[in-house]
Amino acid sequence: MAEVEETFKRIQAHKGVIGVIVVNSEGIPIRSTLDNSTTVQYAGLISQLAAKARSTVRDIDPGNDLTFLRIRSKKHEIMVAPENEYLLIVIQNPDAV
Amino acid sequence: MEIVYVYTKKRQEFGRQCNFSDRQAELHVDITPDPSLADNFIERNPVDTGIQCVQEMSEHEINTERFETSVRGINHTEGGWPKDVNPQEVEHVTRYRKKVEKDEMYISAIQQLGTIMEHTIRQNNAIDIYEEYFEDIEVDTVDETPSAKTINVFRDPNEIKRTSTHISWFPDGPRKLAVAYCNLEFQGSTPDTSMESYIWDVENPNKPETVLKPVSPLVCLEYNPKDSHILLGGCYNGQIAYWDTRKGSQPVEMSPIEHSHRDPAYKALWIQSKTGTECFSASSDGQVLWWDIRKMGEPTEKLYLDPTKKQDPTKALGAMALEYEPTMPTKFMVGCEQGSILSCNRKAKTPAEKIVAQYNGHLGPVYSLQRNPFFPKNFLSVGDWKARIWSEDIRESSIMWSRQYKSYLTDGCWSPVRPSVFLVTKMDGTLDVWDIIFKQNDPTLSLQVCDEPLHSLRVQEQGRLIACGSHSGTTTLLELSDGLTTLQRNEKNLVTAMFERETRREKILDSRHREMKLKERSKSSADGAKEEEPEEARLEEEDLYTKAEKEFYSIIEQEKKILEKKQQQGDDTDKADTGKQSPIAEGDEEEKTNGNPKKK
Repeated sequence: MAEVEETFKRIQAHKGVIGVIVVNSEGIPIRSTLDNSTTVQYAGLISQLAAKARSTVRDIDPGNDLTFLRIRSKKHEIMVAPENEYLLIVIQNPDAV
Repeated sequence: MEIVYVYTKKRQEFGRQCNFSDRQAELHVDITPDPSLADNFIERNPVDTGIQCVQEMSEHEINTERFETSVRGINHTEGGWPKDVNPQEVEHVTRYRKKVEKDEMYISAIQQLGTIMEHTIRQNNAIDIYEEYFEDIEVDTVDETPSAKTINVFRDPNEIKRTSTHISWFPDGPRKLAVAYCNLEFQGSTPDTSMESYIWDVENPNKPETVLKPVSPLVCLEYNPKDSHILLGGCYNGQIAYWDTRKGSQPVEMSPIEHSHRDPAYKALWIQSKTGTECFSASSDGQVLWWDIRKMGEPTEKLYLDPTKKQDPTKALGAMALEYEPTMPTKFMVGCEQGSILSCNRKAKTPAEKIVAQYNGHLGPVYSLQRNPFFPKNFLSVGDWKARIWSEDIRESSIMWSRQYKSYLTDGCWSPVRPSVFLVTKMDGTLDVWDIIFKQNDPTLSLQVCDEPLHSLRVQEQGRLIACGSHSGTTTLLELSDGLTTLQRNEKNLVTAMFERETRREKILDSRHREMKLKERSKSSADGAKEEEPEEARLEEEDLYTKAEKEFYSIIEQEKKILEKKQQQGDDTDKADTGKQSPIAEGDEEEKTNGNPKKK
């Protein structure tokens, strides 16, 4: 339990990190540092996108699998680390100097 | 010839199996070649035959049916929670979450993902992979030939086509286009002609986004630059109406017929005001009316375009074009049907002072007037067969003009991004783009947009997109190439220099002209011949005729006297000569200041 907290704190402490969300396989946000409505939006949209990305990678080569997904936009970057059951989403602003 | 071989079989042998046996070959028929037959033919040598060994292909064309698309959105709501958890109840949710967090798998998963994620975050912070390396290097001007590409064509959806008379771009970006449709031919519209005008979405040329239903077809239509939902329209019957796109396709309010124009309201524009609700309109009945859309019951102000400054409605010139620059809120210009341009000041004390100056230059109605967005003292006027550029200070003539075109010019405007570029549309369906620092005698780019006359033109604020409307309601959307939309090096200085040079030239010509006139006048007053200042007399046409007659007769009288004198002196040859010397000065009442013909 404490390790989880520590991990979270470490991630959040990095420069430019705006928010962290943990989503389970059903799209339910387990843990989040953002407000509820934003969390729900991210959870729904990103889990669908990650699922699509994973199916794309596996369609091309069934032996392959998605390890990481990065979406870079004008304002910030959304990083998605997938696992069997859970999804870790971090929103970072890389230009924040 | 027939070759027949008969083989027989006994009837009782039918059905019996065949017994084959070998036999020597027998020659049955021998047909020898007959060389005499070759005489019927002529040998052809050499024989030229084409051979190709290629796959046979065939070409087919299919035009699919127009695909109608519509855009719909989806409403997302929160879901995915297991059945026993109610997402609205905070307690359930937190309880569920806590349960998940205690799961072993969760902890290990998070730790693993955490390490990966940190690595990536640190990567991002280390180097910005998308940084712009060469930002401060200026893009060199590419010397490509200017061109324009047609992006979309919007056709009038009605059966009976009407002219697209006016186009207005959506103020917040090039997404929408409002086009006013009206059949401008006198009594040209049948009762079936639709009176609707449309707002088109740039991406969807199949169906207009919004339909505006006025009482009478709209001649002009303008978006309110402050509020993108409000549009102002001038109708064919002279009324002014305004729409709110949130409120539907009927006008929110219309001006009453008694107080509106008595001719089609050819142009209506929004004025810069605190409330953003003021506008003014002009029509060929010679009136300019100011309105406040909150109170359309009657115009707030009225002005007759009477150049004699007497506010006489009978002498008023009909207006076809209006010009208004928000940076100069009290001044405006009107282009008249007779070819003159009146510069007016709204805040003048007396109505006579309102018309500040008159610029005469065109031979026909001035269809379009616009100030150069970078140099407001210079403006472009389009009418008859030329486009002219004027400087406000020089009233006698324009400082620059295009050459005489073969077809009538219908509309023109400046490019909002480049001070030296302007565009004009013509009756033969061509769009000309002029770049005055590149070429002064010819347009830089001339495009045949369609085969019928183009009536309206509008450039979008960002300078790339142009919309032009034609006689049968087809509005074409064009995109200009980079060369015509990016500001060139030194462009502003070059254009300033050019305008100044031309203005100075006109000033010099003008002052020289005046000097010459002054010299002539002083000469005539020294000679003692009567010559009234013709300035006021010009306006009184009847006086001109009588004066000309008087001069003519006086000259004849003088000649007669000379003749009589000479006759008395008994010179026959002179009679013939004086016959030739009939009054030369009869026609010129202004120029020839002394009415004395050349004496022998």
